[in-house]
Amino acid sequence: MKSGRIKPVLLAFLLAITLPALANEAAPKAALPNAEDPVIEQRLVNLAEDLRCLVCQNESLAGSHAELAEDLRREIRTQMKAGKDDREVIAYLTERYGDFVLYRPPFKPVTYLLWLGPLLFLGIGGGAWVMTLRRRRAVQAAPVDEKKLAAAAQLLEEK
Amino acid sequence: MKRWLPLVLFVVLVGFFAKGLFLNPREVPSPFIGRVAPAFTLPLVGDASATFSPADMKGRVWMLNIWAPWCVSCRQEHGFLMQLMQSGRIPIVGLNWKDKAREAEALLARTGSPYVAVPEDLDGRVGIDYGVTGTPETYIIDQTGIVRLKHIGPIGPDVWQTKFEPKLKELGA
Repeated sequence: MKSGRIKPVLLAFLLAITLPALANEAAPKAALPNAEDPVIEQRLVNLAEDLRCLVCQNESLAGSHAELAEDLRREIRTQMKAGKDDREVIAYLTERYGDFVLYRPPFKPVTYLLWLGPLLFLGIGGGAWVMTLRRRRAVQAAPVDEKKLAAAAQLLEEK
Repeated sequence: MKRWLPLVLFVVLVGFFAKGLFLNPREVPSPFIGRVAPAFTLPLVGDASATFSPADMKGRVWMLNIWAPWCVSCRQEHGFLMQLMQSGRIPIVGLNWKDKAREAEALLARTGSPYVAVPEDLDGRVGIDYGVTGTPETYIIDQTGIVRLKHIGPIGPDVWQTKFEPKLKELGA
């Protein structure tokens, strides 16, 4: 063989034609703009970002490729086209899948501890802090024995 | 006492984590338990002129098994469902979910059908109405049409004894 290397020009050419193709393949399917109605598509993406995909539970409904996620997006799209607002769409989903689909759990008795827990711990920490400070101040404010103070001053002067 | 406080707190925390570690995140609590099973009317596999609707089962305790020919774990539970059918313990309706290739009829002819009816949910809408996350999923529906139990995943003798039998006894079936 005369030359075992690919010529730089050829390499550049190959890269130029293959890289865009690769980039295209990596683009998420869900993010494809729907030419039909960009407004609804944008609403769908915004809403689905905050919803959990039931199949891949750590993925949002917007980003998941699972077939169920695609079906659910289709349902949401249909409902939005029918004029339902976001709250109604969310009600449709929670009716079927429970609050589990929501990445932002609603504020209700079962979730009080979840939402207020951090405040509770902040309160406990703050309380402990205040108590420690008070105790320290109490130690500093111990009454000074005048006699001992005078004796100390005298010792210092003698030196 | 005060010296032990951090240790006590630590043990409590570990307790919570241990509990969390053994929870199954796949067991999504179904909001349907205790509610009326969603209504639907669907054509039957093999006989599109006939339809099935949950109202047809009024007065009986029955099982809705959501399955699909393309679903591997459904084949896993198929043998056990056949046994159930033969024992006559409970009628099973097999909702054929998203069978786009239309394979259910041929498959059931080959392997035997554990179902009293096989309604066909081609676009998956009815499945979504039941909150399906993946096949197989099985519901127990009581005499009045209320969902009493949901099970995610294949059914085998163990699950049947620990989960389904007690619920059926409770329902007097």
